[in-house]
Amino acid sequence: MELSSDETEMFKKVLIANRGEIAIRVIRACKELGLNTVAIYSESDKNSPHAKMADNAVKVGPSPVTLSYLNIDAIISAARETNADAIHPGYGFLAENSTFIKRVEEENLIFIGPPVDVVEKMGDKVLSRKIAVEANVPVVPGSNPFSDYKNAEKEAEKVGYPVLLKSVKGGGGIGAQVIDNKSELERAVERTMKVSERFFGSNLIYLEKYIKKAHHVEVQIAADKMGNIAHLFERECSVQRRYQKIIEEAPSPYILPVTREKIINAAVSIAKTANYESAGTIEFLVDKEQNFYFLEMNTRIQVEHPVTEMICGIDLVREQINIAMGKPLSFLNESIKPLGHAIECRIYAEDPKKGFLPNKGKINRYEYPSGPGVRVDSGIEEGMDISVYYDPLLLKVIAWDRDRTSAIVRMIRALDELKIEGLKTNITFAKALLGTEDFLNSNVHVQYVEENLQNILQGDFI
Amino acid sequence: MDIKIPMAGSIVKINVKKGDIIHKKDTIMVVESMKLEMPVDSPADGKITEIVVSEGDFVEENQVVAKLE
Repeated sequence: MELSSDETEMFKKVLIANRGEIAIRVIRACKELGLNTVAIYSESDKNSPHAKMADNAVKVGPSPVTLSYLNIDAIISAARETNADAIHPGYGFLAENSTFIKRVEEENLIFIGPPVDVVEKMGDKVLSRKIAVEANVPVVPGSNPFSDYKNAEKEAEKVGYPVLLKSVKGGGGIGAQVIDNKSELERAVERTMKVSERFFGSNLIYLEKYIKKAHHVEVQIAADKMGNIAHLFERECSVQRRYQKIIEEAPSPYILPVTREKIINAAVSIAKTANYESAGTIEFLVDKEQNFYFLEMNTRIQVEHPVTEMICGIDLVREQINIAMGKPLSFLNESIKPLGHAIECRIYAEDPKKGFLPNKGKINRYEYPSGPGVRVDSGIEEGMDISVYYDPLLLKVIAWDRDRTSAIVRMIRALDELKIEGLKTNITFAKALLGTEDFLNSNVHVQYVEENLQNILQGDFI
Repeated sequence: MDIKIPMAGSIVKINVKKGDIIHKKDTIMVVESMKLEMPVDSPADGKITEIVVSEGDFVEENQVVAKLE
């Protein structure tokens, strides 16, 4: 039995231009909708679970990402070869790459995501800030883009130290650097420009005022082609290292109800101003006084989407697919009331004791948790080699319960059941962090892990 | 003195050549693994006597990449 698949569907076969857990997540949504699936894989992923799970699998190139998962020509050929008529990009890789989206459209394939002009304006850190201002939403004080030290110096003086340097085209915290004073600026500007050039093909960078002890709160948006724009409440993702998230939860335990209302309205207002379509996330920083500032928008499905799905009872990937087919949001006539609390732990192949350095190796043993209120979105299996080529995310454990404390207890129980041998992971670290007073009391801000690493590592769980 | 790499990955950039005089904490090269770029900094002042890798090479954790005198 399937949920749709009548003769009038706009597309019947979806190529998933990604790997690992998110490729599997999308394949599952397609199967439930009665859609055929095509996986792509690189040389080192030929035995990966995502490639085995799809109806078809096409090798797109050797292991390095530029030759495989970022290889637009090879991906389009794979779609042609298998008669796929739509492409889901997942997150990362080509999900926010306008050249790719344009190419997909030129080839008369359907891109499961926002229209290219929306991706271009919201993916551009400077343009998206302008849209937030237009929508009357406060933004973190920031600069115009630049690609030289002289302008960096001027802009940093204007904004005031400490500042955060970022790539205009970037994401995922890649290249981001905090600068406390002028003496560190020149070297940092040079480095951020180089990283930006290498990862995002542009050396344009900018800087923002660095807000200390801020919490990261983001709002999930879903919008259809008819102009219906809805929110699915917020997530808090303040547990981070290297500007990348480790633990996320919904709802945010930090913001007050009045802040929640304001931040959700602000997000909807930005989405409307941007003529947003598909699923997307608007990220904010919330300071000690509960002031909030627009940070950026992600025009794709996010890693942490499951916590929203758990409390709202909505399948976000299914919504994305239905929106791409021209259908209205499935929950338009209901008022969504979030139920309970959900937490996600990202399990990475990395060594928290060595500054979270990524760790390759073979997975010799893999046992994953289950039982009441536990969901596992995994991209691995026993015997699999974890290579140096890709992101170290192995799987995500999501725990749901009626209230936050119960959800934390459930997550720790689930992580106790999770066994991975053969390489170092952050499982023990995640458990230790969940057990801290500060996490229980929602005192964890975005710099917390860096500032308290030793204390967490010495906690009772280690 | 052997300069070792902290994690397995690929060498994306080498900043020094044989014979260069360098200072402690100068970045000798940059290694990339799983989307993370990491600078390999000199542990001391000295002269580079040998570089045993090239840009694009794959290296294992703790592999010697250069020698310092």
